[in-house]
Amino acid sequence: MTRLLAHDAILVSMAVVLFGIVAVPVAMRTGRRGLLPYAFAAVYTNFFLVSVAAVAMVYALVTHDFSVSYVAQVGGRATPLLFTVISLWGALEGSILFWAWVLSMYAAAVVWINSRRPGNLVPYAAATLLFVSFFFAILLVGPADPFGAVSPVPSDGPGPNPLLQNHILMAIHPPLLYLGYVGMSVPFAFAVGAMLSGEVETDDWMRITRRWTLSAWALLSAAIIAGMWWSYEVLGWGGYWAWDPVENASFLPWLTATAFLHSAMVQERRGMLRLWNLNLVVGTFLLTILGTFLTRSGIVSSVHAFTTGTIGYYFLAFIAIVMLASLALVAGNSERLRSTGRFDSAASRETVFLLNNLFLTAFMFTVLTGTLFPLVAEAIKGVKVSVGEPFFNRMSLPIVVTLLFLMGVGPALPWKAASKAELKAKLVPPAAGAGLMLVIALVAGARNVYALLAFAFAGYAAFANLREYWIGMRARRIAHGEGWGTALVRLVGGNRHRYGGYTAHLGVILVAFGIAASSTFRTEYEATIKPGETISLSGHTLRLKAMWGREEPQRSVVGATLEVMNGSMVKGTMEPRMNFYPMSQSPVPTPAVRSRFLGDLYVNLQAFRPDGSNATIRVIYEPLVPWIWFGGGVVVFGALIAIFPTGRRTDA
Amino acid sequence: MTRLLAAFAFAALGALGAVQQSPADSVLEARTAEVAAQLRCPVCQGLSIQDSPSELSQQMRSVVKDQLRAGKSPDEVKAYFISKYGEWILLEPKPKGFNVLVYLMPVLLVVIGLGWIVVAVRKWTRPPDSPA
Amino acid sequence: MNWKRATIAAACVVPLIILFGYGLTRDPKDIPSPLPGHEASPFALAVFAPGQPPLNRAPGDTVRLAELKGQVVVLNFWASWCLSCRDEHQILSETAKSYAGKPVHFLGVLYNDEPGNGTQWIEQMGGQSYPSVTDPGARTAINYGLYGVPETYFLDASGRIAYKATGPVNERLIRHVVDSLMAVAAK
Repeated sequence: MTRLLAHDAILVSMAVVLFGIVAVPVAMRTGRRGLLPYAFAAVYTNFFLVSVAAVAMVYALVTHDFSVSYVAQVGGRATPLLFTVISLWGALEGSILFWAWVLSMYAAAVVWINSRRPGNLVPYAAATLLFVSFFFAILLVGPADPFGAVSPVPSDGPGPNPLLQNHILMAIHPPLLYLGYVGMSVPFAFAVGAMLSGEVETDDWMRITRRWTLSAWALLSAAIIAGMWWSYEVLGWGGYWAWDPVENASFLPWLTATAFLHSAMVQERRGMLRLWNLNLVVGTFLLTILGTFLTRSGIVSSVHAFTTGTIGYYFLAFIAIVMLASLALVAGNSERLRSTGRFDSAASRETVFLLNNLFLTAFMFTVLTGTLFPLVAEAIKGVKVSVGEPFFNRMSLPIVVTLLFLMGVGPALPWKAASKAELKAKLVPPAAGAGLMLVIALVAGARNVYALLAFAFAGYAAFANLREYWIGMRARRIAHGEGWGTALVRLVGGNRHRYGGYTAHLGVILVAFGIAASSTFRTEYEATIKPGETISLSGHTLRLKAMWGREEPQRSVVGATLEVMNGSMVKGTMEPRMNFYPMSQSPVPTPAVRSRFLGDLYVNLQAFRPDGSNATIRVIYEPLVPWIWFGGGVVVFGALIAIFPTGRRTDA
Repeated sequence: MTRLLAAFAFAALGALGAVQQSPADSVLEARTAEVAAQLRCPVCQGLSIQDSPSELSQQMRSVVKDQLRAGKSPDEVKAYFISKYGEWILLEPKPKGFNVLVYLMPVLLVVIGLGWIVVAVRKWTRPPDSPA
Repeated sequence: MNWKRATIAAACVVPLIILFGYGLTRDPKDIPSPLPGHEASPFALAVFAPGQPPLNRAPGDTVRLAELKGQVVVLNFWASWCLSCRDEHQILSETAKSYAGKPVHFLGVLYNDEPGNGTQWIEQMGGQSYPSVTDPGARTAINYGLYGVPETYFLDASGRIAYKATGPVNERLIRHVVDSLMAVAAK
């Protein structure tokens, strides 16, 4: 019943979507604009129908309706309710359904917000989103059909993938990721709409696009940080980023979207970089589709890759159509996108934005090349090679260090032109921040050149961005006689874009400090100890109190209770665990993390004697890791400051 | 409890090879970690055997450590693993022959991009009356 | 719309699309072993599961690769926690029995498992015709470039690795490889 309802909802939605896709160009070509409200209605109807399917799926999961193929695949009576609900995105078919749902929601939102706007931009954008929706609907009735019939109906299912039901962040990371990822379809749709409607020469579509990109970017940033946190808390190796193809896939569009958020300002201010911005918008979307293709088709190996069937070929066809069509469209329109503006001086914020865009693009290109290289090597040389963490670290460090430096220089430089005196006044004082961080890093024992540069430039950027607030607040205090607090609120409120951006910078700098410190000063030690024995690392002593085991409905858990010692005093306990799921051959670890301002004590149970007589414990001290999570929050907060609409816009 | 113990008994094996740390050991430990970070864990696709908590990775680390202790150089240890698993086992491709491309292309992009920016900024900052 | 530019831009992505199409035909998890054609690493491993007459060996006996020279050796890595090992167990056991008296030696190597669990598993599976040995620290497994279980190595009479099978083996494959290796040895 539920199954057929959902299945039919998708089928009907396909007809509706197809109508919408055809109605828009027909209305434009024949001048029958009366058709447009029907096309918009198709967008809403699609949202409604896909929602029906998604809600039906959640209902089927919760009621353990094992006659639905997806429920039979990921459901399990022993699985806790929360993890049952979120297994909606725990495997391929469900994640495609979730994707389609989010996309239909975005399309509805785009139409809802912009439908009264005159011109052809919004209808074409809506048609573009419907086109993408149509592809996902094809997947849902074809290779990724979650609503298949199962007969005979099993009485129970295996439950979701153990890795995915092991941590609460699994309820947060994927929705954020999909919201961010799919959200990049909206700027793309507006770009296509602008080209098809001929509005690409105006800058109005760019203003709309920038807002949508900013929201999607904020969600994607949050998703990436949440994903890092998840792997840190679940995978048991004490790391948060392994340059896995799936991680890279989420990072690539983030990089181009970040570049766009900066270069869009150059277009707004100077009417320049129009073609480049168009490329960034289209490229960001292509990278989201490419990333999904890479990880969902099984073309590159990844821990996160779902099991696959023929879906790769559907994706290939889609990606081929979208790439060919959108690049042809951009190139075909390129002559109309000549820059009208010019630069006043090389020493200006504009120039820094150019450099920022170059290095962000180079970063994206490096990660993309590294991710695809095993495939290229196999196709051309016939050899299997790996491109992993050491490569990505080596290649990205110089880029990251440069970007950190630019993040300090950019906000300090004015638009248009800076005089020599101005340059000196703006660029020299932040060097104090650089010097301070450099000394701290040296005293702490860092000797690696890139590590030292990272600390120094992060210090430089932190100083420069904080200084912008200070300068602005001081000016307000003098001009309006305000207190510091009022001055800060009014300053930020007066130019949310600008100060939201600086706040996001500060968040990124916090993340950079966290990453630099934890990869430079991380210490670890692994030993096998008996109950009562201790293990020590960088001044932290842990005593193994006891080993224990317990049965839970969906798994067996073995844990070690360790006491954190301060001399003979017990400061607290940590309980790293291993979880054994019936369907998994290897145990899923749950490390214990003790977070303090300056770092985490991270303990993982590596192995143990079945009789509980000893345990192999890996202890890692991870300096400043909590700063990464906090910094991620600051980034999102900064984006929120910039997103929220201001009644009035004044330029500070 | 017996069902539980039977289910995970295999997990105990990794415990057998552990050592207590002494100053001499910590040097060896650091060298092991350095080599192990460059070798790919065969059962986890993506992590190094240094990072991976899997059993096979722990055992491979102990092979690395034994070979280093026996006086082999890091390159010899890596060569041993390549001879058994192929070039695939290296997390970073050797910068030789065709592989050079993956190192060179990003550098090229940056160089070309910088050149383009220099030319463009010069053009854009030229006074409007001078010939373009 | 400038169609010339549009065509050039579109043409640029064609190689990428071809690359992806090629990628879809490949399995990233299928890593060819560099070992076939090379001399097999020597080993000396203790028997824990004796097997059945006439292929049996006494528990505790050390099986050395050197002493098997001149015979075809089939080395099967397995574990009691490995699900696919169940699929091939009976095939291996019976095929091995059918070669009794021929210059072929089957040997099971227990991978990351307790001998007790291995013995119990063999019992549950209805016995194993040939002996199995333990591999402390997976040293031999690593020497043979093992990715996971089951994996089966076929060694020719001169002690070279001739073929490696990843995943469960079937009878046709075993017979094909073993027969051709025996034929080469007989020449």
